[in-house]
Amino acid sequence: MTLIDLANPTRFLTLTARILPWLAAATAFLLLIGLYQSAVAPDDYQQGATVKIMFIHVPNAWLSMFVWGVMSLAALGTLVWRHPLADVAAKAAAPIGAAFTFLALVTGSLWGRPMWGTYWEWDARLTSVLILFLMYLGLIAVWRAVEDPSRAARAAAILTLVGAINLPIIKFSVDWWNTLHQPASVMRMGGPALDRAFLIPLLVMAVAFSLLFVTLHLAAMRNEILRRRVRALQMMQASQRPA
Amino acid sequence: MSLGPYASFIVTSYLLATVVVLILIAWIAIDYRRQKMRLSELDASGVVRRSGRSATEIR
Repeated sequence: MTLIDLANPTRFLTLTARILPWLAAATAFLLLIGLYQSAVAPDDYQQGATVKIMFIHVPNAWLSMFVWGVMSLAALGTLVWRHPLADVAAKAAAPIGAAFTFLALVTGSLWGRPMWGTYWEWDARLTSVLILFLMYLGLIAVWRAVEDPSRAARAAAILTLVGAINLPIIKFSVDWWNTLHQPASVMRMGGPALDRAFLIPLLVMAVAFSLLFVTLHLAAMRNEILRRRVRALQMMQASQRPA
Repeated sequence: MSLGPYASFIVTSYLLATVVVLILIAWIAIDYRRQKMRLSELDASGVVRRSGRSATEIR
């Protein structure tokens, strides 16, 4: 099966039925390992045990941006190639991305209170991530509000691409402006600044959450394809009814 | 394992992440069942896809 074959919704359903159980099992396995490593990771010399919040905050923060990146690629698929699966992918990813962004905001806030002395600060990093969360909610509202799926797909795709401007702002906000948030300590020039005792559990959790996203996204895409099949059949049924 | 004076912040973070992930899983599972049920109802009412296959067939 080539990659182009997956662009066929029916083939996509066959493939997801086959791989979803394996993906779910791999996700659960890696999450268990990551949670165990997070539990036994040493305390930080400055932050103490609160460093454990990092193991869930950072993967969620990465994924909040990564999911929007996936949706931006899908938006290109909708606008340039007008492929129906592209809109299915974007629509299915939005609620999952919103959930990851929500978790990044709340766990960051819970980490900030003991470390910074405040739950919230209107600085560039926190505010730009809050804007990302609101954009996710806005996109979900667009898909729900516009009844014609092809019009909703185009509107959502344009909004997604416009919203992608926020991604570099989030990434570089800690370099461009004064902020309470610490600068990048993993993905930076010169390699990670974290000790291996923290870096390894963090990377395991990041891979586990990424697998969780792939699993949930494929399952949500399958649901969306089925929802569109239901809609098409209901319209066919309505058109066959005698007047 | 001692979580120190900020244990409530750490435990709340992990609990919240667990709850949100479980809600996502439950929402997707319930949505899947709902779509399958609707397809079964359409199948029972005799509607077939343009390809001639039944509504519930995943091929």
